[in-house]
Amino acid sequence: MDPEATIVDVAVNLLKQAVTVLPEDVKNALKKAYEKERSQIGKLQLKVILENIELAEKTATPICQDTGLISFYLEAGSDFKNLEKVESALVKAVQRATKEIPLRPNTVDPFTQENPSDNTGSHVPYVRWRIVEGGSLRITAFPKGGGSENTCALRMMKPSDGLRGLKEFVVDSVINAGGMPCPPTIIGVGVGGGANIAMELAKQALMKPINEPNLNTQAAKFERELLEAVNKTGIGPMGLGGDATALAVKVEYAHRHPASFPVAVAFQCWAARKATAVIHADGKVEYLTYR
Amino acid sequence: MEQIELKTPILVEDTRRLAVGDVIYVTGTVLTARDAAHKRILQFLHDGRELPMDFSGLPLYHCGPLAKRADNEWVVLAAGPTTSMRMEAFEDEVIRNLGVRLIIGKGGMGEKTSMAMKDYSAAYGAFTGGAAVLASKLVKRVKNVEWLDLGMAEAVWTFEVDKFGPLIVCMDSHGNNLYANVRKKAEKTKPEIIGGFNVQ
Repeated sequence: MDPEATIVDVAVNLLKQAVTVLPEDVKNALKKAYEKERSQIGKLQLKVILENIELAEKTATPICQDTGLISFYLEAGSDFKNLEKVESALVKAVQRATKEIPLRPNTVDPFTQENPSDNTGSHVPYVRWRIVEGGSLRITAFPKGGGSENTCALRMMKPSDGLRGLKEFVVDSVINAGGMPCPPTIIGVGVGGGANIAMELAKQALMKPINEPNLNTQAAKFERELLEAVNKTGIGPMGLGGDATALAVKVEYAHRHPASFPVAVAFQCWAARKATAVIHADGKVEYLTYR
Repeated sequence: MEQIELKTPILVEDTRRLAVGDVIYVTGTVLTARDAAHKRILQFLHDGRELPMDFSGLPLYHCGPLAKRADNEWVVLAAGPTTSMRMEAFEDEVIRNLGVRLIIGKGGMGEKTSMAMKDYSAAYGAFTGGAAVLASKLVKRVKNVEWLDLGMAEAVWTFEVDKFGPLIVCMDSHGNNLYANVRKKAEKTKPEIIGGFNVQ
């Protein structure tokens, strides 16, 4: 088979899986939140969410009408053939997926307000590359809705603000966001680097599995403490009050400049959609999120 | 949590008896409008032009649906709510001029809208964000669509709905706002939350 056609097919399948079925870890976390929720209104929200997930899966329909702005995260083996064709294949995949699944046309030219109706445009789909050893290509499709994107926050803090200041910023961001990012959310926190690095790390943090604690023990402790703090705000499911404000807090960090202390907070709505597959060197395809 | 069924057109008496925390289900006609549609509605009002749709007594739903055209008919696949706060700059004028009786959305709205709701006996009902497939099952038919030139998400859709809900009344016609209450409580708890941190 034509290698470019394989990439297109795989990416279309990943987008379809991502927008119609939630990963197991997210589903389980939502079920647990439903069982534990003490607010009556909050519990009703979680019940509706779980019913919707089941219905979407059964009917192979997008979970949410906002099928997001589409990013792909790639881990490309340096020996993978046709690397130069990958980005154009991903554009084709998005155009095809928009018609086939279908996806809501979500790309708007910021100057003319025109929407090409195929979910592509300048820098979209956004593609993030990492070159690794080997001959395979790992693709993660990551369509992200606008509601949770709009509450993302970045603050260039003073180094003297310290970790306590960082925590206050995270809690403030959650309170300010209220119901807008569709809680219970997953919260990615990027610490250090520069402004762009902090936000990139916060976004990458959203892609980690919910139940895997951070490999860095200090960061892992920090994640637990932040989750507890955020869930004490009482913002609750859909911001209507309750226990489940966030399902997880995930931290990624970079070393910082002595004068800078950037902190980024990225919100992911409960419909945390993503799907990963690997195209092996021999052309075999392995789907990792949904087998 | 009182459960209330409403039929369109919704009357002033209907909305006046709604209180924050009630759960409502709406049957009848619902119109969608989001950012671009609100802007155009206000432009029409400003220019004194007649709108191609009638909002009076109907719910206005903050929703940009995902729909598919099949055999000359629109089929709604996913139709959950969008963030209402983006419409805050426009909504009070829409309520004051068009007789909208119920706003459906998610995340709630601000002081300006709350005032208009008080003055004109309107309320706000929150549908669970992201529960778009469930919402689409409650849309029985697309009766009309206007302003498709704005794009699928921004067009004004007229839906026929059956027991559309659960909608949580978050803003009532008496000036109460559930989101504001939740926020106030969170702000009050904040010093305790921050003070409780182990790492300094």
